[in-house]
Amino acid sequence: MSSRSVIPFGPQHPVLPEPIHLDLVLEDEKVVEAVPSIGFVHRGLESLVTKKDFKEMVYVAERICGICSFGHGFGYCDAVEHIMDIQVTERANYLRTILFELSRMHSHILWLGLMADAFGFENLFMDTWRIREKVLDMLEAATGGRVIFSILDVGGLRKDIPDDMLKGFLPVLKDIEKELAVDIRTFLNDGAVKSRLCGVGVLSAEEVENLGCCGPFLRGSGVKRDSRKLGYAAYDDIDFDIVTSTDCDTYGRTYVRANEILQSIRIIRQAVEKIPAGEVMVPVKGFPNGEHMTRLEQPRGEACYYVKANGTKFLERMRVRTPTFANIPALTQTLQGCELADVPILVVAIDPCISCTER
Amino acid sequence: MEQEFRKVSHHSILSEVETLHEERYRLIQICATTVKEGYEILYTFGKGYDEVQVKIHTDPGEHVQSISRIFPPAWLYENEIHDLHGIEIDGITLDFRGGLYRTKVKAPFSHETLDNKEGK
Repeated sequence: MSSRSVIPFGPQHPVLPEPIHLDLVLEDEKVVEAVPSIGFVHRGLESLVTKKDFKEMVYVAERICGICSFGHGFGYCDAVEHIMDIQVTERANYLRTILFELSRMHSHILWLGLMADAFGFENLFMDTWRIREKVLDMLEAATGGRVIFSILDVGGLRKDIPDDMLKGFLPVLKDIEKELAVDIRTFLNDGAVKSRLCGVGVLSAEEVENLGCCGPFLRGSGVKRDSRKLGYAAYDDIDFDIVTSTDCDTYGRTYVRANEILQSIRIIRQAVEKIPAGEVMVPVKGFPNGEHMTRLEQPRGEACYYVKANGTKFLERMRVRTPTFANIPALTQTLQGCELADVPILVVAIDPCISCTER
Repeated sequence: MEQEFRKVSHHSILSEVETLHEERYRLIQICATTVKEGYEILYTFGKGYDEVQVKIHTDPGEHVQSISRIFPPAWLYENEIHDLHGIEIDGITLDFRGGLYRTKVKAPFSHETLDNKEGK
């Protein structure tokens, strides 16, 4: 019988841009158990609601994470707007949808690069990140920020984005689509890449549901559920497909993320075509009183924003359930029985965002 | 449409959750809120795109039953609630006993910690 040993994975590791720790129990090269621990950079941002004005909290919510910042700001604003019964204008909803999809694009392209880096394909990593710069350029042109946009506010958006600029995004998106097609072909058809992804971290549709998974990790096992179909912002007026894969492994999760970028481009095109004229902000009077739970589809999966208010300018509670947090039980499950060499691939497969988790 | 946050006694949470499990709901999240008289724990369950919110109230020092035997991923949320709010949860299937979150201040959102902070 082989002896067991425990090796630490993280909090510092080449595939981890942020700190998470796993104790890996090994039998030879096989992982028999993985025990996670977090909290290395826990910031307690949620507790700031008792000290910051509910409108100032938009800035804090956006700063939960640099990659999903727009989604966090949106989720927080949406919850407060529901409590205060604020109807956001149609134009603001369309602009929110466009910015959300640009955020999803840059997040998914970033992930493709990180995955290429994890399996040692450096050129693919560099090329995907080169393409991602074009998305960041569009976000910078529209909002003034590349990472934190500070364009959201309770009641709408702080500023409008001119129609000319939105139309100018369309040829850029066409270029991105064309260039990305080459990289996606490599991800999905290259033999060497497939040998690192296919059959690694298999979870059936039933297992991902039982483990509470969300996002591309869920859809990569064939479950057709995407919170954008709840119809928030302008998603109700826009036609898009929920991308799924029945491969149920890391290849399936890659397939879903790659094709979701193309769906995002499809959504932005429709939104630019349909966006109505009008104001982007409605007046906000008084203070919120009540509670609401908003669920929305962040790039990494469904995120939940619970806000409880007491009629003063300070809230009682803001809770963010991030998709990475929801996918941790599934991560520990996929690591059981895997080869040690596959651990980095499997960790990257959930697209871990530790900033979000350590909000 | 206003959301419903259904309040139940913390003694009946297991039977409530079992019913939802039988009706094929999935666990979306669990979170705790520190309120004046203790803590509120909010459980969110989903079926398709629908959701159900169930809330319990617990006093400081009171123990709560884990639902991780019914919904396995609950172990993560329950360890988080224990580590951040200091609420004792009995029967967690994977109990880290305070070791999931490596925070400098133990149970930063507990009444005890918050009272000490105000005392300063």
